[in-house]
Amino acid sequence: MLHYFDAAIIGGGVVGSAIARELSRYELSIAVIEENPDVVCEASGRNSAVVHGGFAYDTGSLKARLCVEGNRMMDTLSSELGFRFIRCGKVLVGNTDEDLKQLERTMAQGKANGATGLELIDSAKLHELVPAVNGSFAMFSRNSGIMDPFLFTINLAENAVMNGARYFLSHKVISIARKDGRYVVHTEADDFSVKWIFNASGKGAKAISDMLGITGYRIIGSKGNYLVLDKRLGPLLPMPVYPVPSNTYMGIHVTPTVDGNVTVGPDAVNTDDFSYYGVPADKMEYLRESASTLWPHIDKKDVIRTFSGILSKWVDENGVIQDFKIEVRPDLAPCAVNLIGIESPGLTAAVPIARYAISLMAEYTSLKEKKDFNPVHESAKRFAEMDTAEREKAIKADCRYGSLVCSCEKVTEAEIIRAIHNPLGVHTMTGIKYRTRAMMGGCQSGFCQMKIEKLIEKELGIRPEDVRYLRTSSWVLSGKMREG
Amino acid sequence: MFEKKDVVIIGGGPAGLSAATALYRLGVKDIVILERESKLGGILRQCIHDGFGLQRFGKSLSGPEYAQVFIDEVIENHIEYHTDATVVTLAPDRRIEAVTPEGVLSYSARAVVLAMGCKERSRGSIMIPGERPSGVFTAGSAQAYMNIYNRMPGRNVVILGSGDIGLIMARRLTLEGAHVAAVFEIQDHPNGLERNIVQCLNDYDIPLYLKHTVTDIHGNSRLEGVTVSEVDDSCVPIEGTGKIYPCDTLILSVGLRPDNGLLKDAGIEIDPRTNGAIVNEHLMTSIPGIFSSGNVLHVHDLVDFVSLESEALAESVSRFISGTLSHDRDISVKCGSGIGHTVPQRVSSGDGFSLSLRVSSVMNDVVIKVRQGERDILQRKMRKANPAEMIRLDINSGTVLPSEDLEVLVE
Repeated sequence: MLHYFDAAIIGGGVVGSAIARELSRYELSIAVIEENPDVVCEASGRNSAVVHGGFAYDTGSLKARLCVEGNRMMDTLSSELGFRFIRCGKVLVGNTDEDLKQLERTMAQGKANGATGLELIDSAKLHELVPAVNGSFAMFSRNSGIMDPFLFTINLAENAVMNGARYFLSHKVISIARKDGRYVVHTEADDFSVKWIFNASGKGAKAISDMLGITGYRIIGSKGNYLVLDKRLGPLLPMPVYPVPSNTYMGIHVTPTVDGNVTVGPDAVNTDDFSYYGVPADKMEYLRESASTLWPHIDKKDVIRTFSGILSKWVDENGVIQDFKIEVRPDLAPCAVNLIGIESPGLTAAVPIARYAISLMAEYTSLKEKKDFNPVHESAKRFAEMDTAEREKAIKADCRYGSLVCSCEKVTEAEIIRAIHNPLGVHTMTGIKYRTRAMMGGCQSGFCQMKIEKLIEKELGIRPEDVRYLRTSSWVLSGKMREG
Repeated sequence: MFEKKDVVIIGGGPAGLSAATALYRLGVKDIVILERESKLGGILRQCIHDGFGLQRFGKSLSGPEYAQVFIDEVIENHIEYHTDATVVTLAPDRRIEAVTPEGVLSYSARAVVLAMGCKERSRGSIMIPGERPSGVFTAGSAQAYMNIYNRMPGRNVVILGSGDIGLIMARRLTLEGAHVAAVFEIQDHPNGLERNIVQCLNDYDIPLYLKHTVTDIHGNSRLEGVTVSEVDDSCVPIEGTGKIYPCDTLILSVGLRPDNGLLKDAGIEIDPRTNGAIVNEHLMTSIPGIFSSGNVLHVHDLVDFVSLESEALAESVSRFISGTLSHDRDISVKCGSGIGHTVPQRVSSGDGFSLSLRVSSVMNDVVIKVRQGERDILQRKMRKANPAEMIRLDINSGTVLPSEDLEVLVE
């Protein structure tokens, strides 16, 4: 089937969804074409979930500018879109004279970049902020924070849908042709005829760029592994603790999550396999050892899960990491905004990146604002966060609020069912997980996954063998044992 | 409004049911059982194999049959219970809130019985390296899919861990037409009961490889295979021994842990050896009036012992309510050489009690001793002691003196 749209965004991760949401402010028909069955399957759902201050990037770079903007905007975005963001601050801790010099350089760079709330603190202040940390002094970045990367991305996408954008999930792009002043995007499922293309495909950005005719970019993957620790540890870590950064790498850090877990990581290993997310045994041990020099509470028995993510970095011919590239190349690919090398701080900067990309489009075509754009994503309060009176009221209104499906994270049947019928049409088990936190607790789905699987079958009217876990062919069950 | 109750029992599995029925027999009738699932019976509901009840009833029952004995007694005696009732709050002053489809139930209890059972260790908790495809199940989850939900987890199966549920699932999956390639156990001895090795593996020609573990998981969507390696004497994988087993399903039977989330909320002291509450010989936790038994206290090998322990608990609770529970000393029970854990961990009176323990490794021709100072209170000779099997020693009333700590050790 061939669909006609004004604009197609290739890639529905945090940047693609931010573009969709920001573009839906205008009178345009918008398609988001995503290869996976959900929008948080790659880097957008596989990162440290830190909102960066903007001090770590070269002054004058897009990374620095858009990160500082993104940081400033995060409170507004959080309240509009209803994802959790905590401006908890973060510390970069050092011990040696060299560390101190590097931190002073970092701070000067941060100030030049427009990052505010940076100060060098002594051991006493450091230990007041983070009691158990190992370190003699630190740079404290008051405005850094942590967020829920899943709901940031998902709610951007859902807000775009509310404002008229359409998502085409499980649509892998195969080729792009230019014909009669339009692009035809050919995917494994449907085809799209569009005026404008945004290449926001992250790890696939080079391939899409090549299809558009903008060739020659060199992208390397930088893979980072993480450990996730039990919620027992969250209260012991008030803010992320980082080592002193090098020019290109933030280092292995310990980070509280907005839900009270702690993540440890990432290491950074170059890779050209962008689909292998396996976490090797030696890396797990390395992460634990390395991060233990910063913070003493990391114990194997508290590990509940591991994961990894891959950053797609644009490098020059010498392998030196470059800035974000956001461009329109009228000579090679008119009416296409090409985004290359969107790595960290892509999460923090997603909305400024989107606005910048749209501003490039606006140089070529006039954009008319919609009168009825609604920036607010209404999110119901989580049952886990309600007090007793609110719970009583919720159960009275809908008795399914009284059925706890995931008791670790206190997620109710009402919330699971609402997540199954999400506006993007995501139907995977992990789709429910990222939207509700069911299956993310201490038992790691041991007690609740069958109930969730059953609800997916029932609500969608599908067979057990058709339920998927994360990706298109990740079947969960081989079928019924007996008919009936 | 908090409804007053003599006893609130959290959990309607074997521990909670045994405690409730025993309390009723002792005349404590103002009680309520709160069960989060839609039926009473706990994990026994999905254990459709037999072998339950040999100790408690002298005959072999299936899990649901074993549970039904107690459920019938609950119903006959009109003991109050709520299913679909998940406890979300347990306060140290014994106030409890449970969420149900009819609303929030709030209680203020004179005594609370923690009987929430255990949970399985997951892939993450044992840090198996590799990718994260679908098709990796804990044994209990696979059992629930099959026996409660009529769903088949997969067709080509590898099992890691020789815990009892893993062994039971090897047979169950085979009977349902799946191919079980092998069971791998990292330790040098099986982790499940001998009878389950014979009846679930040997009878079906399923090989058991000791000192082997899964060192990599392959597949970006559905599981495609696992790499299995030999391990050395310290359970570290030996490089170069890895072999790939193609499979679409990996079942993990790698241990159980008390489901102790509520204990943490209430601030109850937890024993890092058992992951359950620290209790005295009356099975009372560090918070007066809150008691615990069954798998949330320490993981048992047989449900029969869960019932026996919960019936002993009922006696203590009944005495607590009538104000006749004695507390005239505070002695610790220490784990000496060769002992993995003990329950109780404290002794507060001269009352007789049952001391449960597990040894820390497989041992032959040993003597287990309970010692107070220079004095041996009790000795038991054992030809074979296996961590997979719980050992129970009866300490008679009056034998523990109100002085020094107890030590349990293997010689």
